[in-house]
Amino acid sequence: MQVRTALAALSMRPTRLLRSLWLVRSILYLATGALLGCTTPVAVIWAIHGELTLGVLAGGLLAYLPVIAFGPQVARLERWRLKLVDEWPVDDPHVPVDRPGWGHRLRFRLREQVTWRELGHVFISGSVMCWLDAVLLVFAVWFPVTFLFAPLTNGSGLESWFIVGCGVALVLVAPYPVCAWAGARAAMARAILARRDTDLGERLVAVTRSRARLVDAFEIERRRIERDLHDGAQQRLVALNMQLGLARLELPPGSPAGEPLAKAHDLAKQALTELRELIRGVHPHVLTDRGLAAAVRDVAGRSPVPVEVDIRLPERLPRPVEVTAYFVVVEALANVAKHSGATRAAVSAAVESDRLVLRVTDDGIGGADPDAGTGLAGLADRVAAVEGTVALSSPAGGPTVLRVEFERLARPDEPTTHEQRATPEQPATHEQRAIRDERASHERPTTREMQATHEEPAAREQRARREERTSTAGA
Amino acid sequence: MIVAEDGVLIREGITGLITRFGHRVVAAVGDGEALVEAVRAHRPDIVVTDVRMPPTFTDEGLRAAIGLRREDPELPILVLSQYVEQTYAAELLESAHGGAAGIGYLLKDRIGEIVEFVDALDRVAGGHTVVDPEVVRQLLSHRRGPLARLSPREREVLALMAEGRSNAAIARGLFVTEAAVAKHINSLFAKLELPQDEDDHRRVRAVLAYLRG
Repeated sequence: MQVRTALAALSMRPTRLLRSLWLVRSILYLATGALLGCTTPVAVIWAIHGELTLGVLAGGLLAYLPVIAFGPQVARLERWRLKLVDEWPVDDPHVPVDRPGWGHRLRFRLREQVTWRELGHVFISGSVMCWLDAVLLVFAVWFPVTFLFAPLTNGSGLESWFIVGCGVALVLVAPYPVCAWAGARAAMARAILARRDTDLGERLVAVTRSRARLVDAFEIERRRIERDLHDGAQQRLVALNMQLGLARLELPPGSPAGEPLAKAHDLAKQALTELRELIRGVHPHVLTDRGLAAAVRDVAGRSPVPVEVDIRLPERLPRPVEVTAYFVVVEALANVAKHSGATRAAVSAAVESDRLVLRVTDDGIGGADPDAGTGLAGLADRVAAVEGTVALSSPAGGPTVLRVEFERLARPDEPTTHEQRATPEQPATHEQRAIRDERASHERPTTREMQATHEEPAAREQRARREERTSTAGA
Repeated sequence: MIVAEDGVLIREGITGLITRFGHRVVAAVGDGEALVEAVRAHRPDIVVTDVRMPPTFTDEGLRAAIGLRREDPELPILVLSQYVEQTYAAELLESAHGGAAGIGYLLKDRIGEIVEFVDALDRVAGGHTVVDPEVVRQLLSHRRGPLARLSPREREVLALMAEGRSNAAIARGLFVTEAAVAKHINSLFAKLELPQDEDDHRRVRAVLAYLRG
């Protein structure tokens, strides 16, 4: 294993540690640390008086204040210095200032938590840590070195050689406290000065939103593909299939065209079946139409393993959640059928205090590994995009329980045409019909209607751009 | 009869082939409302309709069919769909529960099998219930509740019943005697706890029991 920090270097064989650069790097790190912290007070004390009085000491310590005020700059230096004993990269925890101007910059920085952490770090390292650095350097470097040169200063008596022996022993042992302390200092600096997730709070929210928009955009695109396939290729294939059937009917028995025609007919039927499966995979029509419960029941009906469905939802879910939940069930049931060896499975969904809790269980062999395939991991990604969580319990021997929770169901979803639409029990009012007719008079009523009702602003923008592009291309 | 289908190719095709088999298409329309109006104007012997039509492109046709059936329980309706959706099939059959007239739910693929398609059409017109074999196959693959009590042979019989076959046709399909079929049917009626009633109603209810799962 490659050693990348001074702390990790402690685990090296002693001979290797002594030969490695880690000791030198640690000494350099501690020396610069001691310099950084001690210079200011020491220099001030020196400048005021050779003799140490309480007033001079206070003056020296007061000199800290400007240093602390430059905490963020010192912290930058600290992060750079950290490379000496810690090769892992340290990211700048500061968020870029969004507008120019010194006043704004200052306010912006003061609002950041990391700025205060940096000030604190400078204060601690300047007031305590640097002295400890210095003390350790004296014990672990200065003493052994002077011990080794004892014969030069003390004369070559037996006593001197005893001191040299102590020095040699110290040189052999010193690397450990030096590296340990340097490593600990670095770890502390990293903990305080490196980027934390919370430093990116706002950025993360922005990313989450853009990811959600992206998922929505994908979903709209899938629906568009489904519609295009349904209105185009599928219609033509049905018509082709019908014409081939008619042609076979008209053919006199025993005609040489009979066999190729029958083959063509079979191929058309296969193509139709495959296209139907494909379209279902892209976007299930019944989900848009009837919601999660109906769509899941249909999936369960197609599963080779018997599936019990218990979905209790008071109303239609927000669209992104509905679609994601549906694909979770599809993927989970596919896994049950492929890997679990289960004889039965169950899907349940219910709203528990504004959260949708979806459970897929089976009585199979268990041992499902999220890392084994892309299925479960991809599923978790999808769920995360709508702020849901996936929990999987699959001990060897089973049973496997997949539990998915979706947050914030209370988020107001735009009313959709399907929800406004009259149910069979309530015939559509004339107004609703009029609205629908008006929409129908557009060139592509479905596209406009569905997008206009479901998409988020960003997706709408995107569509506008797309349409613009199309019209430009057309012109 | 009346054909409702928004795809011109398919609408023309169905009209053509039905005419060829000696039926008369009194109206061919492209959306749900036109269908309702045409039915009120022409009083056809049977209605053939697509599920997904303008203006909503969702399940216009199905809802129109259900509405028409409520208005006139004696109107035979055959619904054509691009998809095998047991939800739709169940809703349709549920709505037809009260009437003695035929009802059907077929995949559009079946139009290619001209003879069988026309046969299904005739069966619906004749008051039978026809459910697409694909839908039935999915429903049959595994069921719980009272349906789990059925023997494999009884399930086969029920599947064929769902396709709208008569006892004689079921007997031919399974290579058994009609008496044996009648015995299976009585047994499955008992297992599904369907009370003695007029036969056709019980048949529809047995199929419904399947669709409801």
